[in-house]
Amino acid sequence: MLAAHKLDITRGDRRLFGDITLELRPGTLLLVTGSNGSGKTSLLRALCGLLLPSAGEVRWQNANIRSLREEYWRHLAYIGHSNALKDELSAAENLGVLCALSGVHTGPEQQRQALADFGLAGRERLPAKALSQGQRRRTALARLSLCGTLPLWILDEPFAALDSAAVSRMQSVVGAHLADGGMVVMTTHQEVPIVAPAMRELDLDGFGR
Amino acid sequence: MMALLRAVIRRDLMLAWRRRADIATVVLFFVIVVSLFPLGVGPEPNLLRTIAPGIIWVAALLACMLSLQNMFASDHGDGALDQMLLAAAPLSLIVMARAFAHWLMSGLPLVILSPVLAIQFDLAPELSPVLTLSLLLGTPILTLTGAIGAALTLGLRGGGMLLALLVLPLYVPVLILGAGAVDAASAGLGADAQLLLLAAQLLVTATFAPWAIAVALRISAE
Repeated sequence: MLAAHKLDITRGDRRLFGDITLELRPGTLLLVTGSNGSGKTSLLRALCGLLLPSAGEVRWQNANIRSLREEYWRHLAYIGHSNALKDELSAAENLGVLCALSGVHTGPEQQRQALADFGLAGRERLPAKALSQGQRRRTALARLSLCGTLPLWILDEPFAALDSAAVSRMQSVVGAHLADGGMVVMTTHQEVPIVAPAMRELDLDGFGR
Repeated sequence: MMALLRAVIRRDLMLAWRRRADIATVVLFFVIVVSLFPLGVGPEPNLLRTIAPGIIWVAALLACMLSLQNMFASDHGDGALDQMLLAAAPLSLIVMARAFAHWLMSGLPLVILSPVLAIQFDLAPELSPVLTLSLLLGTPILTLTGAIGAALTLGLRGGGMLLALLVLPLYVPVLILGAGAVDAASAGLGADAQLLLLAAQLLVTATFAPWAIAVALRISAE
């Protein structure tokens, strides 16, 4: 279970939001919405432990993530708005490295399958620099089909640059993860219906500045 | 965990190999800087023999500096660093693995080339192994110490210059011991003391630098 308690984030002199308290149980999807610059990415980075909140804490299974560190991160898949792909490595190699960093070890066959799931069949060997923006995003997201064992997914704008086929693929991957008792936190600007056992929405525009 | 670290080393070696030009730049820089001195100083054998260890060591130091700027910068830019910060293994171990890969591609070639370059200075053949051994012990210290500076200056404008100002003073003890080892051996004193001190410094650096690099990376990534 992921919980944030009285989270307060300040970037520079500007207080993005304060007093966010939330709780995420297995099977819950948390949609973070808000206008540009409302602090969606900062909230996600704070939930990951990349950003230190100016007050409050994030807890995983009732322990502060700052003391859990790797114990927390081995349960987490984070996909930020940059895809973390290396231009010189092929799509499959990139996927292998990203999964390995999450502690999930994959073979070439699994990588090929995951990329095919996201409509990249036949492009496994292409260097990432030869892929289009949408294909790069798909490669980064293909990691989710291999990281189903990680209970918590934190996704920053997963639908950016995706075409409708990839969006529906993502909907089913996220839906299946939630049905399996996983937890998903994501930000989005698009209205994308996802079938979830439980869903919550957090509108950051409503939080005091 | 070992599989994770192996994957990180493999990734870095693969990337370095596909960006061979970056390695070639560092190695050629080292070769050219060392070769300029005999041309500039003139063919006076005694003088050349005296300055050889110092020149080769300073050139190795600068070449290491040159290679450091890319160590974390591109990963910081494309988000790959965030994934390392959130990896399932302790960051200090990942950093250690990356420093090892970095040294294999940028430090080891300098160690291997040094006996060949020493010929230009007419360095006595029995001193060559001492020079190589001192570089073998010293270059990993340069990589690890430099990586702390690279992590601290990550994402700053003009980081390259700042990196040099931060790191070069820290290189001084390594330079003194490394070049001093060859000097001592050529004076017939034996280089054991300097080499043992270098080895000790390597152990201390290898123990504490990964931790310092990890902390610096977390601060830079915020």
